[in-house]
Amino acid sequence: MVVQTIVEDFPPIAATPRRRLSWNWLGVVPFFAFTALFLLLPTGLLMVGAFQDADGYFTLNNIRNLFTETIWNAYKISIEVSLASALLGALLGFLLAYAVIGGGLPRWLRPTLMTLSGVASNFAGVPLAFAFLATLGPTGLVTVLLMYFFNFSLRSTGFNLLSFWGLTLTYLYFQIPLMVLIMTPALDGLKKEWREASSILGATRWQYWRHVALPVLWPSFLGSALLLFANSFGAIATAYALTGSSLNIVTILLYAQIRGDVLHDQNLGYALALGMIVLTGASNIFYIWLRARSERWLK
Amino acid sequence: MKRGRVWSWVAIIIGAIYFFVPLIATFEFSLRMRRGTHSFDAYAVVFSDQRFQASFLYSSVLALATIVVGVLLVVPTAYWVELRLRRLRPLVEFITLLPLVIPAIVLVFGYLRIYNSSSWLPLTASERGTDILLMFGYVSLSLPYMYRAVDTGLRAIDVRTLTEAAESLGAKWPAILFRVIFPNVRSGILSGAFLTFAIVIGEFTLASLLDRPAFGPYLQLIGANRAYEPAALAIIAFAVTWACMGLINLVGSGARGTAPAR
Repeated sequence: MVVQTIVEDFPPIAATPRRRLSWNWLGVVPFFAFTALFLLLPTGLLMVGAFQDADGYFTLNNIRNLFTETIWNAYKISIEVSLASALLGALLGFLLAYAVIGGGLPRWLRPTLMTLSGVASNFAGVPLAFAFLATLGPTGLVTVLLMYFFNFSLRSTGFNLLSFWGLTLTYLYFQIPLMVLIMTPALDGLKKEWREASSILGATRWQYWRHVALPVLWPSFLGSALLLFANSFGAIATAYALTGSSLNIVTILLYAQIRGDVLHDQNLGYALALGMIVLTGASNIFYIWLRARSERWLK
Repeated sequence: MKRGRVWSWVAIIIGAIYFFVPLIATFEFSLRMRRGTHSFDAYAVVFSDQRFQASFLYSSVLALATIVVGVLLVVPTAYWVELRLRRLRPLVEFITLLPLVIPAIVLVFGYLRIYNSSSWLPLTASERGTDILLMFGYVSLSLPYMYRAVDTGLRAIDVRTLTEAAESLGAKWPAILFRVIFPNVRSGILSGAFLTFAIVIGEFTLASLLDRPAFGPYLQLIGANRAYEPAALAIIAFAVTWACMGLINLVGSGARGTAPAR
């Protein structure tokens, strides 16, 4: 493999008799032009705008204003919801994937789980909010049935779909299957021989997990959890359709700002966007790094 | 080992409950429109709604345009990178992953800043211009999935040999690209296409903030104003998602991907 790559990187000299100006780069011009115009430039200009005042002069005021109460709270709720749904989603998704791969279940369950996960992880946005309102809302089926059969009022427990836990529970509907999809290849990489070898050497089930499986799996696990975090942090449609603007998460605040300049400061809006990119960017970079680490074992 | 299997079943059953109960509840809810009995009235109302037809058609056309532009952008790029510019691969891959880092709402905020009606390229000044901007936005959002699906397909075939064979038979570049490369990565392209369709059809953020009459904003509007129609719409949206994923499985070997929640 290594040899092959080297050979490809240095084509035989006969193929290029004279060193002339290569026009190869022309082939990727459309791609770079497109991504520059519709991906890099728009985002880049926002990031610049975050460090400018209304007249275009450099300032750090916008960044400082992010730490005022409204904005800080919005970030806090967003981070809390994303953390909760990422951690729970990662844990439950992991258990589900492990149950199907290593749990001694019938074979047909695996492709079924994969297909259903593919569907559920893509079933997000506004319709997902509708589905959960019809399930756990005030007149939702589960709410009504609990009342009818067990005389149990969901509302009396303080549960409200338009709240932190309501949103987390809703997000889990696409977070868990996403985790199943990302985690399955990693779990497949756990070789049977490792388990056999450790049990021949007298290791208990716990020791096998503690010293073999977990050290191999944790980069994938943590990395996937970070991806889930970024996934729910940038989400807006579900939350907006579910709660209107009653839950003050950062995407909804930004949405309101774009719609009607609720912060009364355009550049503060840019800083809000910058903060989001920094958070999702950091978690994604960490994810890529962890993924590279995990691939060492899972080849 | 036996105990482990019991727990596996428990996990599967809980997962199945989590997956199916909201679907069943939503379906049941969508049948409640007529008082005292179950009926498909909500579906009848939805399907006969002029705005439903218009917005669904609008989003479908937009999704198709997104797929065409996305494929024309991604396939030649991925092919060329694989064939001639391998050094650029990490950079190209990095750029295609950026839409996962940049939330859609941030992207559209940027669009509104640089393509507003008083800018150097006032795309949002006209309806058609905004449509095009929205479509380009969707191409950007679907880039990670489209690129990965196509790239996986390209790596599975021997691009270099195929190209040389076509060249030695006298084929020109367009013929190589459209009659050799495209057919060989068809399953990858189709996977990417169906995934793109599933993303675009119900997308809310971009369409709403660019103020276009797409399906996502229509869903939101109905959700805020009606009782039973939203449940029917959720079932319809679920059916569309299911169809897209089913088609991806059907076209087979292409890369499997998932969409972020937007």
